[in-house]
Amino acid sequence: MTRTILGLMLAILGLAALAWMPTQLGAYGVGLLLGMTGYVALASAWALFSGPTRYVSLATVAFFGIGAYTVAVLSETLPYWAVLLVAAVIGLAVALIVGLATLRLAGVYFVIFTFGLAELIRQLVTWYEVNVTGTLGRYIFLPITAEQIYWQLLAVAAGTIAIGWLISRSRLGLALKVIGDDETVAGHTGINIAGVKLALFAVSATIITLVGAIQAPRWTYVEPAIVFNPTISFLTLIMALLGGANRLWGPALGAIPLFLLFEWLSANFPNHYSIILGLLFIAIVFVVPRGVLAGIEDGWARLKRRGEAA
Amino acid sequence: MISTLITGLVLGGTYALVAMGLTLQYGISRIMNLAYGEILIFAAFAAFLLFSTFGINPILGLGIVLPAAFACGYLIYGVMMQPLVTRSKKTGTLEVDSILATFGLLFVIQGIMLVTFGSNYTSYNFLNTGINVLGANVAANRLLAFALAIIIGATLFFVLTRTRWGTTIRAIAVNPDAAPLVGIDVNRTARFAFALGTMLAASGGVMISMYQTFNASMGVVFTMKALVIVIMGGLGNLMGALIAGLLLGVVETLVATYVDPGLTLAATYCLFLVVLLWKPAGLFGKAAGR
Repeated sequence: MTRTILGLMLAILGLAALAWMPTQLGAYGVGLLLGMTGYVALASAWALFSGPTRYVSLATVAFFGIGAYTVAVLSETLPYWAVLLVAAVIGLAVALIVGLATLRLAGVYFVIFTFGLAELIRQLVTWYEVNVTGTLGRYIFLPITAEQIYWQLLAVAAGTIAIGWLISRSRLGLALKVIGDDETVAGHTGINIAGVKLALFAVSATIITLVGAIQAPRWTYVEPAIVFNPTISFLTLIMALLGGANRLWGPALGAIPLFLLFEWLSANFPNHYSIILGLLFIAIVFVVPRGVLAGIEDGWARLKRRGEAA
Repeated sequence: MISTLITGLVLGGTYALVAMGLTLQYGISRIMNLAYGEILIFAAFAAFLLFSTFGINPILGLGIVLPAAFACGYLIYGVMMQPLVTRSKKTGTLEVDSILATFGLLFVIQGIMLVTFGSNYTSYNFLNTGINVLGANVAANRLLAFALAIIIGATLFFVLTRTRWGTTIRAIAVNPDAAPLVGIDVNRTARFAFALGTMLAASGGVMISMYQTFNASMGVVFTMKALVIVIMGGLGNLMGALIAGLLLGVVETLVATYVDPGLTLAATYCLFLVVLLWKPAGLFGKAAGR
């Protein structure tokens, strides 16, 4: 109990320190911090669903783009908070459709469905804009500073990790552990497998949509090809995997170094970064398939065992 | 209407061929290859390069591209997939691992193409004359692609159903655990099937390059279509892939003609959704149990 309270206090202190950081940094530093926090939120939200269920979702950018594009469309007609709400509702609705169609079935159907989802939504939005509204590309003029975006993202990231923590301590978390270990057993103990998966996917997708919506004002000019960029899905996935999708802090831990690396790569090797990242990603799958955190724990356990044997 | 149907069937021929390759890779090698479409587009660029720089026509180009693709597939399986397969004997995570690894491969191949060929749409002019088929005007290059798809598809089908070696491959698709008991080297055959699948992807790419514009970031769409066809036909079911491929070609052409060309992928997805809700094991498949 005291450990939990201590941990909570540390987390709150850390959060306060992070919220205070922008006052000490220049515009570039704030931008960097903002992008990093965005990816911490994305990777944590991705791992919320894909970590315990091992269903690889390749649709991060589909939801991210939905959020960003909703803001672009509605920012002049609705107040800001209402826009965020609408974006979250749309994200939730899409997640429910995808989930209801695929989560009853084996994981591979889900992967296939999410694989093309971003491309599908991008084409649909493009088609709609060209044929119905007659404009491709929109401007976002919202009186929001980079600091404010950063604070919102920080809140979302903290909220995501908090949700992950709460789930791991709840009945839902227990159900998830059983499903992750053995689905057949889970079914026999009376767990509603499809229901648990659907709920988790919906939460994860809604958070991702929110991150997209909050980050949208950073662009000022938005078009489908920008907000539905598959690199975002890819980066989220590789960050969560590097840290370890099964650990609470894993995705955040993976997001920070990889975001910095990505920034450096895209500044120095703008044409080659997707090759380098692809190779890095394959390396991660080979070397630390369960993430760095789990890898360290395994190594520690092995050392300890050897120590006891000697 | 008839002309639309014929155009659709011709397009569907290529799709069917491409999907047969994917069903080989997934059904026999157990590798869910998300970089499949990238390999296809790469072959399309290779055909373009051979045609525009060296003046080799795509039919002869097939003779160069296909063996190269086979070798590439063989190499990719040996270097990337083999360790995953070996590892998964203990952990049973081949499906997830192969999805992740090939997702990384997708970005590597796409990145290489973007650096080498740029991001513009590419096409070349080959046999672009109209031929009258049952009152419909179809471009000669499309007909040629269809004929090639039939020849390659029929050869493959014959090999798989009539030869001893083909029976070996199908035995693994049916029951990978029992195959070694009757003396089948699963690893070697899986590697071969993967390479064969890569070759089929490349042949589809060369055909598409003959009659369609393409660019470096289009691979995802082709992977998606091939996957949908494979699911529709039933995992590992060659005949199912063939019929589903033709069907998808017709549906796409109908949508492009009567509704809007921008909605073809949406049509693919609708079809996929219907199959998932109605018959997840595929239109012709018995429950795959996976």
